[in-house]
Amino acid sequence: MTIVQSVSRRNFLVGSAAALGGLSLGFHLPLPGKALAADAAPEINAWVVVKPDETVVIRIARSEMGQGTLTGLAQLVAEELDCDWARVTTEYPTPGENLARSRVWGNFSTGGSRGIRESHDYVRQGGAAARQMLIAAAAADWGVPAGECTTDKGTITHAASGRSTTYGKVADAAGRMTPPAEVTLKDPKDWTIAGQPLPRLDTADKLTGKQIYGTDLQLDGMLNAAIKACPVFGGKVQSFDAAAVADMPGVRKVVQVGETALAVVADTWWRAKTALDALPIVWDEGPNTGVTSATIAAMLEEGLDADEAFIGHQRGNAREALAGAARMVSAVYGFPYQNHATMEPMNATALYTPEKCEVWVPTQNGEASLAAAAEASGLPVNQCEVYKIHLGGGFGRRGMQDYVTQVVHIAKEFPGTPVKLIWSREEDMLQGRYHPVTQGRLTGALDADGNLTALHMRISGQSILAAVMPQRMQDGMDPLIFQGLTVDSPEGHLGYTIPNLLIDHAMRNPPVPPGFWRGVNLNQNAIYLECFLDELAHAAGQDPLAFRRKLMANHPKHLAVLNAVAERIGWDEPAPEGRHRGLAQIMGFGSYVAAAAEVSVTDGRLRIHRIVAATDPGHAVNPAQIERQVEGSFVYGLSACLYGECTVNGGRIEQENFDTYEVMRMADMPAVETIVMPSGGFWGGVGEPTIAVAAPAVLNAIFAATGKRIRQLPLKNHSLV
Amino acid sequence: MARLTINGTQRDIDVEPDTPLLWVLREQAGLTGTKYGCGVAQCGACTVHIDGVATRSCVMPVSAIEPEQQIVTIEGLSPDGSHPVQKAWLALDVPQCGYCQAGMIMAAASLIAQNPSPTDADIDAEITNICRCGTYNRVRAAIKAAADGSATSNG
Ligand code: FES
Ligand code: FES
Repeated sequence: MTIVQSVSRRNFLVGSAAALGGLSLGFHLPLPGKALAADAAPEINAWVVVKPDETVVIRIARSEMGQGTLTGLAQLVAEELDCDWARVTTEYPTPGENLARSRVWGNFSTGGSRGIRESHDYVRQGGAAARQMLIAAAAADWGVPAGECTTDKGTITHAASGRSTTYGKVADAAGRMTPPAEVTLKDPKDWTIAGQPLPRLDTADKLTGKQIYGTDLQLDGMLNAAIKACPVFGGKVQSFDAAAVADMPGVRKVVQVGETALAVVADTWWRAKTALDALPIVWDEGPNTGVTSATIAAMLEEGLDADEAFIGHQRGNAREALAGAARMVSAVYGFPYQNHATMEPMNATALYTPEKCEVWVPTQNGEASLAAAAEASGLPVNQCEVYKIHLGGGFGRRGMQDYVTQVVHIAKEFPGTPVKLIWSREEDMLQGRYHPVTQGRLTGALDADGNLTALHMRISGQSILAAVMPQRMQDGMDPLIFQGLTVDSPEGHLGYTIPNLLIDHAMRNPPVPPGFWRGVNLNQNAIYLECFLDELAHAAGQDPLAFRRKLMANHPKHLAVLNAVAERIGWDEPAPEGRHRGLAQIMGFGSYVAAAAEVSVTDGRLRIHRIVAATDPGHAVNPAQIERQVEGSFVYGLSACLYGECTVNGGRIEQENFDTYEVMRMADMPAVETIVMPSGGFWGGVGEPTIAVAAPAVLNAIFAATGKRIRQLPLKNHSLV
Repeated sequence: MARLTINGTQRDIDVEPDTPLLWVLREQAGLTGTKYGCGVAQCGACTVHIDGVATRSCVMPVSAIEPEQQIVTIEGLSPDGSHPVQKAWLALDVPQCGYCQAGMIMAAASLIAQNPSPTDADIDAEITNICRCGTYNRVRAAIKAAADGSATSNG
């Protein structure tokens, strides 16, 4: 099978634009040692530059934050381009260039595990079109039909006449060729670069200190800023005494940023932070000082019983079936606020003049950063530019642009001088966009034979979309709250057929700002559902795997990943002495995922020995990177399960650093075995889906070990003795 | 004023004496490979060697360091990324975002220097750095590879 695709003009109308000059890429990225390719060589199309020395520069629109999307996207382009992988390098186009070129690189947003699955078609087309143009240039030079030429690793050959040349030699001419109207993409079965477990392209500089992160940026004459926003949500600055710190070493200025924050600008960041800590500030703490974790919990508990709720999934009549059930089982679960806690705190650097505003920032959404820069600077967007930098972790937090807005406001006080803003870890913990809180009450009906005949899952709690993307709400309902639980969404549909089913949501929005946090609502939905199914299986006296299988006949892909982990962990055989097992499966971000965990609990001490994961993402662009994402997602998800909790008191978050916001470390880490089982025909995400199955698999294994059901996370608040 | 020996070069640095070594390295010495993650000795992103001992530089005031003490940062671990730990890290393609990795590498190099064949329990006890991307299993494997010299090629 080959896939013929007509090419969107938008993605290839570049040769002429590039020839105009002023639009050449990267003419303005003063990162030391980071001269961009296009300075020296013309592009073939928006995605590909081949330099005379045969270096292939592949443009990557999505952001690299550790998840490997840079390497994966380059593999897809290189596959169709048929270039020499050993000569591939990458670069980011800028959001301003994207805008100036009618968004030739498409969407820059990097979240929802979409980096590859939402751009695989047009990046592959970009590679394929560039290859055709390179062939066309060689064929024209030789006076032979292009169709008689073949390519291999950056070499073009015309066998009949015995001639060959290289991409680098014809690149200049290729850039002037008319882009093809149609390209043929390879069948993934024929991939040799994509689909391979290749090493990452961005490793070497991360081993020597050479990789420049946002916090490392040095620009000539640059000043540094530290910032503190009112720690009470909804509060603002009442007064401050700038004179008290004016004479401290290095201090240039105290700047009020909007209504809510104060920044100190100094020659170095340490001096800025030292002065900020000494700055006398009086906050107007606003209306939320009475908000605590307890008041939030009460608000959510009320929602569990509320009459009104948005319906996400309905089948049969669950309420009636529950009322007449032979046996009913019910439980309430809860998931607390989490901070992203990226290892690199939020930061951004801006250089403002009345004519131009430039921002350097590790961002998950360069175009949103550009919009934020334009709005904060008051300049038209075409007088603003954003230069993306690799992220020291993102996990959803860096899709928000609050720090960009702040740094531009600060830089406006210093026209012509770049200012770098770095948040302290404490600021990062207190000004998060937190994984929202919910509780879930699940009620199931079992018939006399132990079959699940009805299930009601009531989710009560906070909507992310209502706070950050109200335009995506549907008549007041947040569809995203039902991640993994829907009837038929290709993002994640429920893998069980239950005759009478009701999944609904009582929205309760406390005044703590929520955000997208790796895995988003799939995290708690998987815990609630998969742990409760375990409860039902035990109530019915059935094996948890057998109990699930009875409900999964109509869901072969969900079942396939579940079966895969069960088989690999040896579910049908007894666990090793002292060890106990648990299972979970769900679908999210377009992929089917499952996990089987093996734990022991000795004198109340939990040890997670081993987790087997399986994922079916449709297509696997780099199985080695998928393995890393599975392991990484488990660390993130299990950190939340074991330790993660941002508590609220006096309207503010109580945890200010890693001493109180604990996360998993080496000693907690289980062995992870990953089964990558792409079944083809769809493109699912990789960075997030598996995060959701680690916690319920472990919690179910803890029950098997101890008979204790942990329903309110995190685990650290419970005794396992 | 502080007199420090950093990566083999002694220099005088004009700075308040209570400034943490981390910020002197990053801001006065221009060595940004050493990272800020927490500032309270919790995460290990700021790990450097002082006389060969892995040290969290974010809580180490420069006034506590003698001029002849040898401070080594990630930039000075090897001239070209050829330290056995760096080679093992490359062979196993350990980093994800990479932000924690300089600290991880410095902690690992110090561990191996003191304990050429660390066990899993030694690694658990000594490598307490935080990695939010979750590279722990590959860090462990790379430490073992570096210790027994088995790291050769990337792939
Ligand atoms: S920055 Fe020093 S231990 Fe975290
Ligand atoms: S690699 Fe990202 S924090 Fe460790």
